[in-house]
Amino acid sequence: MRGEGVKNTAIQLLLAVNALVMLFPIALMVLSAFKSNAEIFDSPFTLPETLDFSNLLHVWSDTEFVQYLLNSLVITTSAVLLILLAGTLAAYALARYTFPLNASLYLFFLAGLMVPLKLAVIPLFVELDTIGLLDTRLGLVLIYVAMGLPSGVFIMTGFLRNLPGELEEAARIEGASEGRILAQIMVPLARPALVIVAIQNAVPIWNDFFFPLVFITTDARKTLPQGLTVFMGEYSTDWGVLFAGLMLAALPITLVYILLSKQFIAGMTQGAVK
Amino acid sequence: MARPKRRWQRGVWIALLLAPALLVMTAFVTLPLLAALRYAFYSFNGLAPAGFVGFANFATILFEAPYSGWTLRALGHNMIVFVALMLLQNGLAYLIAFALLKTLPGHRIHQVIVFLPVVLSAVIVGFLWKLMLHPMFGVVNAALALIGIDGPPWLGNEDTALGAIIFTNAWHWVGFPALIFLAGMQRIGAETMEAARLDGAGDWVLLRQIIWPLVAPATTIVFTLTFIGSFNWFELPYVMAGATGSPGGATDVLGLYAYRMAFGSATAGLQDFGRGSALAVLMFLFLAVVSGLALRILRRREIEL
Repeated sequence: MRGEGVKNTAIQLLLAVNALVMLFPIALMVLSAFKSNAEIFDSPFTLPETLDFSNLLHVWSDTEFVQYLLNSLVITTSAVLLILLAGTLAAYALARYTFPLNASLYLFFLAGLMVPLKLAVIPLFVELDTIGLLDTRLGLVLIYVAMGLPSGVFIMTGFLRNLPGELEEAARIEGASEGRILAQIMVPLARPALVIVAIQNAVPIWNDFFFPLVFITTDARKTLPQGLTVFMGEYSTDWGVLFAGLMLAALPITLVYILLSKQFIAGMTQGAVK
Repeated sequence: MARPKRRWQRGVWIALLLAPALLVMTAFVTLPLLAALRYAFYSFNGLAPAGFVGFANFATILFEAPYSGWTLRALGHNMIVFVALMLLQNGLAYLIAFALLKTLPGHRIHQVIVFLPVVLSAVIVGFLWKLMLHPMFGVVNAALALIGIDGPPWLGNEDTALGAIIFTNAWHWVGFPALIFLAGMQRIGAETMEAARLDGAGDWVLLRQIIWPLVAPATTIVFTLTFIGSFNWFELPYVMAGATGSPGGATDVLGLYAYRMAFGSATAGLQDFGRGSALAVLMFLFLAVVSGLALRILRRREIEL
């Protein structure tokens, strides 16, 4: 038993060191956001002398930060909603109806899981240019929807398949239309799967940098990660402002993560553990 | 009598359900992938294909100097990234998972902490560590100075730049494999663990001979994801080392190389959609073949162990 105690202490120590390594950069970012340049360089490890909000205010009101933030919000929300909508509709057809092409269409969506869409960025660029959606937020949204649909359809089909059929049958006998059965019976039952699909897509879309980098050139349409690269270049010598920008960019998703950590972890790892 | 009409209606309903998803997938996945395959055999004039060139684009990338040298160098760096992440990031993740498995006080909060960087954008993580690794004003060298070590310019030195970005990647992602391993370990079941303990197995034996074989499915997932991630590596090196993989190409990887080849860079003047597509096709084939093979071997291993 004594050996067990020593071992547990060692494990606690390992976890504590790990937590320190994980949290130190984040704490440094938050603390430095309230410091002046001189303070950051002279005493990087101390708490800020005064709670100075000027860096944060500067980022918020004198840069395009709010515009980038809004763009990211609009793009992520639209893409996730469209994935949920189109994904649930398709999954519902695949899960609850038998029809000739069912198995092949399921495979078609499944195949999309294997393809890293980044590798098709050149044709996507040409295609968006042809249909006039290059350098637009809508173009980005459509690509994210295409990226998210395979796993969305996969998860939703699996979930909808396992729902019992009694409620559906009862509603059908009572004369409810197919659309009504889907909207009022199936969708509420599928809520846990919808949450997983939403989180699994929202995080990578919110954080994505590659597609905006290639497709968006107009500053007013840039997303938060992309805007951050502009911003970091402009303020490269003002470290207090840089840390403030990083902190503000990290803040929204961190807050949501802390509130919903269980769902985040489940949603993001579940995609991998199929 | 109503039957044929019903059936027709049912068909339309199913088609309507599938149409939006199929339309988007066809337009933005299937067609672009087919186009990438086609483009790889064309020379380009700006955005438009100019003429069929057979395998010339592939030959240029693989055998023609200086391209072949750049291709090999980038591929070599990707391999280093993969091996280093498997050992450093995933090895650490395995240990952390085992530590979390004990459900000691505070294990929930430790899970939340180790996963926190995973939800942040690579752009935020990359810039944050770039500031921390700054040769003059960064905290890493400031901390080293406290114990009398003169830290190098981590990202500016050819010998340390790639390692510094790999380390940052490990910090960013370690929570992901950790929680996948943890889920695998939790599935083993208390009885198996108890039985082994009663047989006198210590932690080390348990970790090596009981847990390791039984988490093989989780290892397969982690291996595959790390492999695909390492060979698609782009955002972190782009943010920390720029599109050219500075200094002097010491951090150039296939992702950056393909990006320059597709969309050009002021210095390299590589921009060529045909060659860029050929490189993308090669990367896709490489990923598909190697991860397919690895998956077969790993799945067999899961059964054998």
